[in-house]
Amino acid sequence: MNINKRIGEVVESSSLQFTVQCYDLYKSPNIGTLVKCGSDPQLFGIVYDVSNKSMDPARRPVPRGRNENKEEEVYLSNPQLNRLLITEVNCVLVGYQSVDEINQSPVSLPPMIHSFVIECSDEELKRFSSCLDFLPLLLESPVLNSIDEVISSFLIKSSRVHDDSSRFLIYAGKELAFNLSGQLIRLNNLLKRISK
Amino acid sequence: MNYEINNQPYEDTNILGMVVSGSLNNGVEVKLKPEKSVSEIKVGRYVSIEAESLKFFGVVTDIELGATDQTLRVNPPEISNPFIAKVISGSTAYGVIQVEPMLILSQDELDLIDGPQPAKTIPPHFSKVSFASDKDVETVFGLESNTNFWLGNPLDMDTAKLCLNIEEFIKRSNGVFGKSGTGKTFLTRLLLLGIIQRGVASQLVFDMQSEYGWKGFSEESKEVKGLKQMFSSKVAIFSLDEESSKRRGVNPDYVVRIGYEDIEPGDIAVLKETLNLSEVAADAAYSLERFYGSNKWFKEFLSLSGGDEFIELARSLNINQAALSSLKNRLSRFKRFDFIDQSGGNDSVTQILSYLDRGMHVVLEFGRYGSDLAAYMLVANLLTRRIYARYAILAEKALGDPTQQPTPLVITIEEAHKFLSPDIASQTIFGTIAREMRKHNVTLLVVDQRPSGIDDEIMSQLGTKITCLLDNEKDLDSVLTGVSGNRKLRSVLSRLESKQQALIFGHAVPMPMVIKVRDYGTATSYGDFQIEDTKFNFDEDNEDLFGKKL
Ligand SMILES: Nc1ncnc2c1ncn2[C@@H]1O[C@H](COP(=O)(O)OP(=O)(O)OP(=O)(O)O)[C@@H](O)[C@H]1O
Ligand SMILES: [Mg+2]
Repeated sequence: MNINKRIGEVVESSSLQFTVQCYDLYKSPNIGTLVKCGSDPQLFGIVYDVSNKSMDPARRPVPRGRNENKEEEVYLSNPQLNRLLITEVNCVLVGYQSVDEINQSPVSLPPMIHSFVIECSDEELKRFSSCLDFLPLLLESPVLNSIDEVISSFLIKSSRVHDDSSRFLIYAGKELAFNLSGQLIRLNNLLKRISK
Repeated sequence: MNYEINNQPYEDTNILGMVVSGSLNNGVEVKLKPEKSVSEIKVGRYVSIEAESLKFFGVVTDIELGATDQTLRVNPPEISNPFIAKVISGSTAYGVIQVEPMLILSQDELDLIDGPQPAKTIPPHFSKVSFASDKDVETVFGLESNTNFWLGNPLDMDTAKLCLNIEEFIKRSNGVFGKSGTGKTFLTRLLLLGIIQRGVASQLVFDMQSEYGWKGFSEESKEVKGLKQMFSSKVAIFSLDEESSKRRGVNPDYVVRIGYEDIEPGDIAVLKETLNLSEVAADAAYSLERFYGSNKWFKEFLSLSGGDEFIELARSLNINQAALSSLKNRLSRFKRFDFIDQSGGNDSVTQILSYLDRGMHVVLEFGRYGSDLAAYMLVANLLTRRIYARYAILAEKALGDPTQQPTPLVITIEEAHKFLSPDIASQTIFGTIAREMRKHNVTLLVVDQRPSGIDDEIMSQLGTKITCLLDNEKDLDSVLTGVSGNRKLRSVLSRLESKQQALIFGHAVPMPMVIKVRDYGTATSYGDFQIEDTKFNFDEDNEDLFGKKL
């Protein structure tokens, strides 16, 4: 259905995560989306945060719509906004592809700045999510605290590309249960999210 | 784990899970595979464990629910959400079974010949545990054959036949236990039929309720065939109560009469409790015997009129008069037994022996006397004592010439605890037979609903025990004393179904096993015996045509 979509380029990176500046304002994948970047090795990340802001951190946007009737008109009247404002996406690194194999383990080097970032296709998502060995990486991610929302979105998206989505979710649920032994309340909440 | 692999249907749905911990003393703990539910597995189920080059055979002795998260108990997840319930079960909450490894079979070709050995070690971590296959049952218990009798099916294994080696079985005295209505009689009848069919021993059955010889009844009051209907040319029915036999449509081969002269003081001693005799009163019988002579004491004593004569007797025997009079009182009761004949008995013992010598089986029906414990005990004890004495002589003779050994004899008694209770076991002939193992080629098959009433030493001498449900603590203890792993077998035994299920263990079987006892009483069940007859060449006609089998 969706062909590979290039969304932007890496503008900041570490071996845990990277930041993508999207080519177009507001044209970002949403949270839980699997993306890839770089080559040799190709790295995989999952979107965990999306932000919109001024390109120049020193210049905050000011309100411009006092005399407009609709929000869209603000942009129509100020076409320069599309260049002054940017959409940024933060991704957590969850694995890499070496030769023909997907490794769901920490990467040893971060992606280069200006690496092209591409949203993975359904096929790629299906292949990647057939294995959930990266879950502990995410569950214990020091990067941010609303990671459970990211995981559940990722799992729901993945379930849609598998032939038997409910069976996939049970498999995923069991993996979560395995990784969250001792955190029953967290597990329960996560499962509730993906059961919808 | 990979989703695609994980969701391959397991090649073998028989695999239950894997060993996660354990000890030789306590058995091993097996974590169930997520998709296996604890309710699929019953205590007593036969399982096998693969461990490299070894295969273990064991029995499920306990079933538990485990949780990786201890807060599960206080804070259960939202299992009202079916998705959550599905995920949690088998992962955070999982099933655990306890398995007692009993036997070990090395896959080594040389060792295979020796067959399974008692397990002196346990399988290592992560060994795969599965339900045992029909083949496993065969490997351990053997195929149906001319010595192996199909007694039932292992628990929840309807296509696997569990066979009992009848030849081994009769080498020792054995016991059938279970509380009332659990299927002891049906089970015993099967064992008797098995022994007849396999032709390894003669039998004498003291048929208290007259339910073995010609016909018995199932709970739905349906008639079931007795031994004679199944093997007419090999079974003789003796009766104590001809009238009752006739009424039930049985034409007995012989009607037993006991003479006053047949009764010995030892026969009275056995009845001490049943007749409520004091020690002194029971012992008086011995003094009477010395006084009157061994064939006459009973007759003379009972014909005493009382009065001065009686006081005189008490004085000369130096016995308390009240004790003597209570003895006379109780013994007078025997006058009411029609099978006791003042003018002398018929030679029932010789008659019985003549059948046994020919390898036949004698069932003695008690008719209405079956409800009189004193009559039952008197006759069983009296006949057995004499028959055993004859076997002792024969066996003695055979010492020089082993080919002269008498055919083994199996004697079946019901209400066995009456004969084998701790205070009289040493005095009854049954106690002697049980203790002497198979000294003179005679063994017992004791049938009882209250094994705790049987002397401990005798219980420990029983080779093979087959026990249906028991729920009294003392009975459980008594049946399982001296059995290895008895704490665990106890939980298996106390959870048998209330009917037609039994735990078999001991001498004649390689490992304890829960069985559903073979169905008896339907046309198919009778037919199965015929099929066996031809399959193993037990058929009479064949014997006649081709000469007796050796
Ligand atoms: N192997 C079997 N095949 C068919 N029916 C059976 C079998 N075992 C038990 N039953 C059923 O269970 C009933 C009770 O069995 P049985 O009479 O053998 O019990 P019991 O232990 O001898 O009882 P009691 O202590 O009263 O003598 C039978 O009447 C029959 O209906
Ligand atoms: Mg009975």
